Amino acid sequence: MYNKTEDIELRLLLEAIYRRYHYDFRGYSMASVKRRLTQAQERFDCRSFSMLQDRVLHDPTLLPELLSFLTVQVSELFRDPSYFKAIREQVVPHLRTYPSLKVWVAGCSAGEELYSLAILMREEGLEDRTMFYGTDINPDALRRAEAGVFDLERMSLFTENHRRSGGKSSLSDYYTAGYGAAVFDKSLRRRAVFSDHSLVTDTVFAEVQLVSCRNVLIYFDRELQDRAVGLFKDSLIRKGFLGLGAKESLRFSQHADAFTEFSRESRIYQKRGTA
Amino acid sequence: MSTSSVEAVVIGASAGALEALSAFLPTLPKDYALPVMIVVHLPPDKNSVMADLLKSKCKIDVREAEDKEPIRAATVYLAPPDYHLLVEPDKRLSLSSDDPVHFSRPSIDVLFESAADAYGPGLVGLVLTGGSSDGANGLRAVHQAGGQALVQDPATANVPLMPQSALEACPSARVMSLPEITTFLNHLVQPA
Ligand SMILES: C[S@@+](CC[C@H](N)C(=O)[O-])C[C@H]1O[C@@H](n2cnc3c(N)ncnc32)[C@H](O)[C@@H]1O
Repeated sequence: MYNKTEDIELRLLLEAIYRRYHYDFRGYSMASVKRRLTQAQERFDCRSFSMLQDRVLHDPTLLPELLSFLTVQVSELFRDPSYFKAIREQVVPHLRTYPSLKVWVAGCSAGEELYSLAILMREEGLEDRTMFYGTDINPDALRRAEAGVFDLERMSLFTENHRRSGGKSSLSDYYTAGYGAAVFDKSLRRRAVFSDHSLVTDTVFAEVQLVSCRNVLIYFDRELQDRAVGLFKDSLIRKGFLGLGAKESLRFSQHADAFTEFSRESRIYQKRGTA
Repeated sequence: MSTSSVEAVVIGASAGALEALSAFLPTLPKDYALPVMIVVHLPPDKNSVMADLLKSKCKIDVREAEDKEPIRAATVYLAPPDYHLLVEPDKRLSLSSDDPVHFSRPSIDVLFESAADAYGPGLVGLVLTGGSSDGANGLRAVHQAGGQALVQDPATANVPLMPQSALEACPSARVMSLPEITTFLNHLVQPA
């Protein structure tokens, strides 16, 4: 609806969420934030964003559910199999040359992407020298990632994805099925740390060889994308790798020059060797 | 009807899309003065074939939309398979992998509602053939924001359900055949 008052209210609501709870959505892609907050407004029976703001400010118990509207949790194991195939076939040979490895999955949702990489690294014999860092801002997603439990009915898709990614084993080797759930092998997260970290407000925490950040940057405006990519740049070692989502690129990024296109098809970049 | 302030065109199509789009997109000149954003419902694995097919038929530049790309005139932007396409208030495109709407990702409603927000009266929205009710809410949003709402005449559409649903949601939409749509789009912007 063409309604400028509503845009003012939207800005104020995001400002309120930031000041009260320190979750900063002010630089997200407004069109989709607005869409999702409109759904939240309906869910909480509010007539306007101002009313929703009033509720949110005075009732902290609303926050978790509001966060589930504000952050999109759509993910899969081995989502876009060709990406993982490219990691396996083109990036892994480089990773093998390091005695120890750190992998950062930024915006890890419920862990789907991190578990995919952990399985891949195990299959490639690199697991024992790798630490995995999964970060997200959604506490509920982080809890689920920690648990490593997924709906059993999603496993046929995940199994097919894994196979198409060049998987060297059967996905069922990595989980036990029961009561409608697939419980992933605890040993897969022996070397994984899941933590609360925002690409908007936090800083670099480790030096890593690979950053995988897929389908997160599309939710940010240009400036915020620059900030996030700046973090990846600072976190990566020279010649380190950055993998993005299937429709993400560094084309409009202020940091484009710091990277070379390693696999254009799979949206994998490599940090330049020179300073 | 004043057409002087039109800034952009959005189009939604589902079953029968290629045939319908092929009727008028190839007639648009290379220097067409407006941007055209299009959502076509496609199975996620039909990777970008639509963009290539249309590209080969059109004089106007046709391409798959990229995230945060500034919107330019004389360009047709197609939503990539499996992503929603939105227009940001600063007239850039953005993509999202939010849940499907009306079982569709990309969804026509998502494009139309965000574009209505960004362009208001400067928008033309057009719902073509299809077997879905996606686009109905979107077209109403275009109209409510002061933009011009058009539907392909359901009687001449390959699959009438989608334009029919859009017309029910937005009864004041103008009903046009494909030749009428062709003329309309070509005359939206008169050479000065
Ligand atoms: C669409 S999911 C992508 C999940 C997975 N990477 C994939 O591609 O399948 C986006 C994730 O980004 C997270 N996210 C949103 N804003 C973030 C921020 N500022 N910092 C870190 N993660 C964020 C969301 O909570 C959500 O889990």
